[in-house]
Amino acid sequence: MTVNANRTQTPPASPPPPPERTRQVKPARHRRSNLDLKLSPYLYISPFFILFAVVGIFPIVFTAVISFQEWDLVRNTGTFVGFEQYAWILSQPQFWVALRNTFSIFLLSTVPLLIMAILIAAMLDRNIRAKTFWRMSTLLPFVMAPVAVALIFSNMFGDSHGLVNTLLANIGLGPIPWHTDPFWSHVAIATMVNFRWTGYNALILLAAMQAVPREYYEAATVDGANALRQFWSITLPSLKSTLIFVIITSTIGGLQIFDEPRMYDFAGEGGAAQQWLTITLYLYNIGWGEFNFGRAAALAWILFIIILIIGLINLAITRRLVRDEGGRGVTAPRRRKGIQR
Amino acid sequence: MTSISYPPLAIIEEGIPNAKRSRRGRRTTKIRGVRAGTWVYIGLGVVALSAIFPYYWSFLIGSGTAATINDPNMSWIPGGNFIANALAVVNDPAVNFWLALWNSIYSSALIAASVVIFSTLAGWAFAKLRFRGSKWLLTFVVATMAVPMQLGVVPLYILFADLGWTGTIGAVIVPALTSAFGVFWMTQYLGQTVPDELIEASRMDGASMIRTFWTVGVVAARPAAAMLFLFTFVGAWNNFFWPFIVLDRQSPTLPVALALLQSNHFVDYSIVLAGVLLATIPLILLFIVAGKQLVSGIMAGAVKG
Repeated sequence: MTVNANRTQTPPASPPPPPERTRQVKPARHRRSNLDLKLSPYLYISPFFILFAVVGIFPIVFTAVISFQEWDLVRNTGTFVGFEQYAWILSQPQFWVALRNTFSIFLLSTVPLLIMAILIAAMLDRNIRAKTFWRMSTLLPFVMAPVAVALIFSNMFGDSHGLVNTLLANIGLGPIPWHTDPFWSHVAIATMVNFRWTGYNALILLAAMQAVPREYYEAATVDGANALRQFWSITLPSLKSTLIFVIITSTIGGLQIFDEPRMYDFAGEGGAAQQWLTITLYLYNIGWGEFNFGRAAALAWILFIIILIIGLINLAITRRLVRDEGGRGVTAPRRRKGIQR
Repeated sequence: MTSISYPPLAIIEEGIPNAKRSRRGRRTTKIRGVRAGTWVYIGLGVVALSAIFPYYWSFLIGSGTAATINDPNMSWIPGGNFIANALAVVNDPAVNFWLALWNSIYSSALIAASVVIFSTLAGWAFAKLRFRGSKWLLTFVVATMAVPMQLGVVPLYILFADLGWTGTIGAVIVPALTSAFGVFWMTQYLGQTVPDELIEASRMDGASMIRTFWTVGVVAARPAAAMLFLFTFVGAWNNFFWPFIVLDRQSPTLPVALALLQSNHFVDYSIVLAGVLLATIPLILLFIVAGKQLVSGIMAGAVKG
């Protein structure tokens, strides 16, 4: 994320007074203006940073402290126990089941989601009538709360009378154990995630597709490439960095999944045999089922480290892919000021 | 530290050379290729239907009785029980529906407004003012965007329990008042839309910093601020993990109320799904009013950067 590297490096068109000038004797009005110039930035950022330090930074640091303690709820303090909580978490078979489930649900949702999102984006990218209507209908599931989606879908995926099993029975297929079988419960939960996020990601990909210069397609048409070939050789390569972004965000989101597995049955503990227990759901059960805050804090850090590792792997792959992209031709100078009139 | 998701920004821009030029070129030259064939409309129709179907399904079940779901010959035409089921939802003292609705509206609006204000202020400073440590601070803010909400909940809970705030809506509002993403978003937007010359001109005319911010920055920030408000509002409205931890039936938000409804009525799913529909109506209304903006927000975020 190259946020403002450009700006801080470019010499300003009209430089602010260099430091030594402040030493000169100046009229009071100038000095006030100078103070204004120096102080204002800090005044503007301080409301954010003060609040952010309290509700954003302090909890993160304090979680690390608690994770090394045995927290006493009554006295509201902890005693230092070193890495004991981490060791306890890692020794629990439930943790490893939760880790497996989290990754399984993540893969089952991300892969179909990407394929569907690309297909939908490709359709929206065609020259269609009523563009806004189709785009909005794609995004509609996004505004629905995950809790609501989970309630509806867990009903449709009911084991004995659910819609899906009824439809399957109508075409002569046996009922699928949507709740008792780990794999099928992951499929059901992944479906909820896909329902909510496919349209959103399709619109992101659509935006990237529309940015591909149309001349590429014209040239390809002249060269005799059919639509499929054009999609494969022009559209997909141009989507690479957008796809990477979508994958990274769905990784960070997917590894934290809680709402859908929590609401998949009324007990909300991840199933009788932890079929769909995820890491965050496990964290909730430890923290607010057993009220063991030391262990919950340790698990929170383990989750964060997992996300970091996956993020770094993503980044390494990203770097490699982006380097591959060098030969794709046109590179525009980066814009610094968007709209110029 | 947030579980709210937003459209992507600069990340994508890097991968799209000539994004702007080509879009503009396409609009003016009208080279749009041939009109789409029927199969595209069929495909999009299927997508639209599957987007609407779950809403219809909840209405189908929610307008029936407890027995509807177990009926093998269930009709595809809604029954006449929706009002009765909806009344069962709003009259359930354990769910506290009206308070939940009010809490959701009030907390989401407050959170969104606060995020917009703090982000615009900080974004303006990061994008357009030069000060010591700005680059370092912004990098830090961006880095915290990767931190999951889960990492903060234990101390936040201890803190709010200490203050006696658990079970009150304030415990949901306060941690969400700022957003690292919001600062990043406003910094990006203001950095690209406000030319430095404009600020210099304003300064030349003798305007103070705050006046420049007000007349140049705030005016330029309005479209991005509206998007940020919308996405923060939807995200806060749908947020579940932290509210579920800290709130109870005394004063829930709508997602928490739905969880309570489920544990209360799991034998009668017609009431649960009627409640789901009721709780979704406000956001559908918002979508009808602002759905177009949401769409263009996601797409503009992706391209404009």
